Amino acid sequence: MIHEKSLIRPENLKTHDKLVIDGVDVSGHWSTFIQSRVVTDYNERLEEEIAALPGGENIHRCWQCGSCTNSCTVNAVNPDFNPRFWIYLIRMGMESELLRDKDIIWQCVSCHKCTYACPRDVVPEGVMKATAHWLELKGHTPKSKSMIFDEEFTAQVVATGKIEDGRVIRNFFARTGQPLLQDWLIEMVKRVARRLPFKQGLKMGLAAVFRPRTRKWGKARDAITEYVQEQEAKQRKALSIE
Amino acid sequence: MSKYQRVAYYPGCALEGTGHAYNQSTKVLGSALGLKLDEVKNWNCCGAMEVKNIDPKVQTYLSSRVMSIAANEMGASVVMAPCNGCYHNLKKAEHDLAHDAGSREVVERISKKAGHATYQAGQVETIHALDWIKDGVGEDELKRRVKNSLKGLKVANYYGCMYTRPRHIFPEKDQGPGSESTSKPHFMDDLLAAAGAENVDFPLKTACCGGAHTLSDSDTSTKLVLNILRAAEAAGADVIATECPTCHSGLEMHQVRAEKVLGQKTRVKMLYFTQLLGIALGLSPRKLGVHENVSDGMEVMKKFA
Repeated sequence: MIHEKSLIRPENLKTHDKLVIDGVDVSGHWSTFIQSRVVTDYNERLEEEIAALPGGENIHRCWQCGSCTNSCTVNAVNPDFNPRFWIYLIRMGMESELLRDKDIIWQCVSCHKCTYACPRDVVPEGVMKATAHWLELKGHTPKSKSMIFDEEFTAQVVATGKIEDGRVIRNFFARTGQPLLQDWLIEMVKRVARRLPFKQGLKMGLAAVFRPRTRKWGKARDAITEYVQEQEAKQRKALSIE
Repeated sequence: MSKYQRVAYYPGCALEGTGHAYNQSTKVLGSALGLKLDEVKNWNCCGAMEVKNIDPKVQTYLSSRVMSIAANEMGASVVMAPCNGCYHNLKKAEHDLAHDAGSREVVERISKKAGHATYQAGQVETIHALDWIKDGVGEDELKRRVKNSLKGLKVANYYGCMYTRPRHIFPEKDQGPGSESTSKPHFMDDLLAAAGAENVDFPLKTACCGGAHTLSDSDTSTKLVLNILRAAEAAGADVIATECPTCHSGLEMHQVRAEKVLGQKTRVKMLYFTQLLGIALGLSPRKLGVHENVSDGMEVMKKFA
C-alpha cells in the first residue's frame, strides 16, 4: 500500500546478524523489523494551502481510487511520479514526505488523462500544478524550467496579446542558462532551411523584429495585470508568506 | 447547406509561426472545397498551455475575447480553430463560463475594463478543423472530389491530448453513431479513408507527446515521442497524420532529438491531415507547405501528387 510506503523505505528496515529476544532467535533477513516512527511534523494546513492555489480547489474530493496514477503519462516513464500518493500526503498533512518528491512534481505534462479518468472531479492535473506552485512559493524548490517557460510565455501574451514562438524560445533558453545552439536544434533548422523558401524565412525573421501584437491591447493588458497581482497577493496571504 | 460552410477562423499564434504550413494548407484546402473562412479580427492568444499555470481565469478571459469578437463584432455563430490548444481553450472557456460563476465574474470584469463586449456562453459554437471538413463537406462529397487517391498510403492518425480530454468540455462528443469519440477519436481516420488512405490500427492515437514540456523537460518529451513514432512504425505506417501544430512540431523536433541525442532513428514522416487531403484533391505539395515540414514528406508523397 502506498500509505505505508514511508515506513518501509530501506532506511527504516532493520535486520540483525545475531539477535535473540526473550529466548527467540530473530537473526537474519527472515525477521526484518520496521523501525517505529512517530510522525510529529504534520502540517495541518497543507490541504487548505494547496486548495487556495489555482487548480487545487477540488483536492478534498479525492477518495484514493488511484485512477490518476494508473492513467498518468509521466508515471509510465517514471514510477516515482505518483499523483495519488501526493494527494494522500497533502490531505494527511505529511509535508516532509511530500518534500521527498519536490523535484519531480513539476513534471506533469498536462495531458489531462487523470482528469478524464477521475471519478470524483478532483482535477488531479490542477492539483499537480497547484502543488508545484506551492513548493516554489514556500521556497522548497527553485522555479522549475517549466514555470520559467510559463512566466516568459504569459508575460508576452499579457504585454502584447500574442506570442511569437521564436522570441519565447530565445528568452527561455537565456533565462534558464542553456545554449540556444544545441546540436539537435541546429539539425532541425538545417533540415527546414534546405527546403524553406526565402520569402517565408524572411517573414519569420521579420516577426522576430516586429513583434506580432493585438491592436489596442493596452486596456486589456492593464486589467489582466491588476487582476493577476490581486490573485498573487491573495495566494501569498493564504500561504502566510510575507 | 451546412452551417460550417462559412465560419470565423481563429488560426492562433502557432499557425503564424512554427505551424505556418498548417495555416496555409487549411486555407488552401478550404478554398478548394468551397468553404469560406473569415479570420477573427484582431485576435489574441488563447493562453495556450502556459497561461493557465499562472492563472486559469486569465486563460478563460483570453479565450473568451476571441469568441466575443467573433460573435459581437463579426456576427459569427461558428468559430473554427485548427490548433488543438486553441480549440481546447475555447471549449474550456465555453464550459467554465456556462458552469462557473467565478469565471463569469472575472471575464466580465476584465472585458469591461478592456472595453469590449463580455462573451456570453452559447454565443458561438467552437469547432476543430476536423469538424469543419467532416460536417462542412462530408466523406461522400470528399470521395467525389478526390483526384489522386491516397490508395496504398499507410497512415497512423495521431490526435494528441487536447482534442478529446478532459471529456466534460466536449459535450457534443461521445453521443453515439456519427459523433466523435473521446476514447477512440475517428474523424481524421474517416476523412483520410474517404481520400483513399489505409488507416493502420494505431494504439497511441491520444497518447501525449509531452508538448507542454517540449523544451523544459526535453528528455521526457523525447521518450514520449519515441513511443509514438515506434508504435506508428510497428503498425506499419508510412506517415503520421497530425491535426495540431504543437503535436506536429513536437513529433518532428523530438524525432530529430532522439536521433541526435539518443541515437534512435525512426523513419516515419509527419504530415498535417490538411496536407494529405489537399494532395488527394490534386493540390500541389508545395502549395500545401509540405516542403516546410521538418520531417520531409515530399519523397513519400511524390507518387500521389
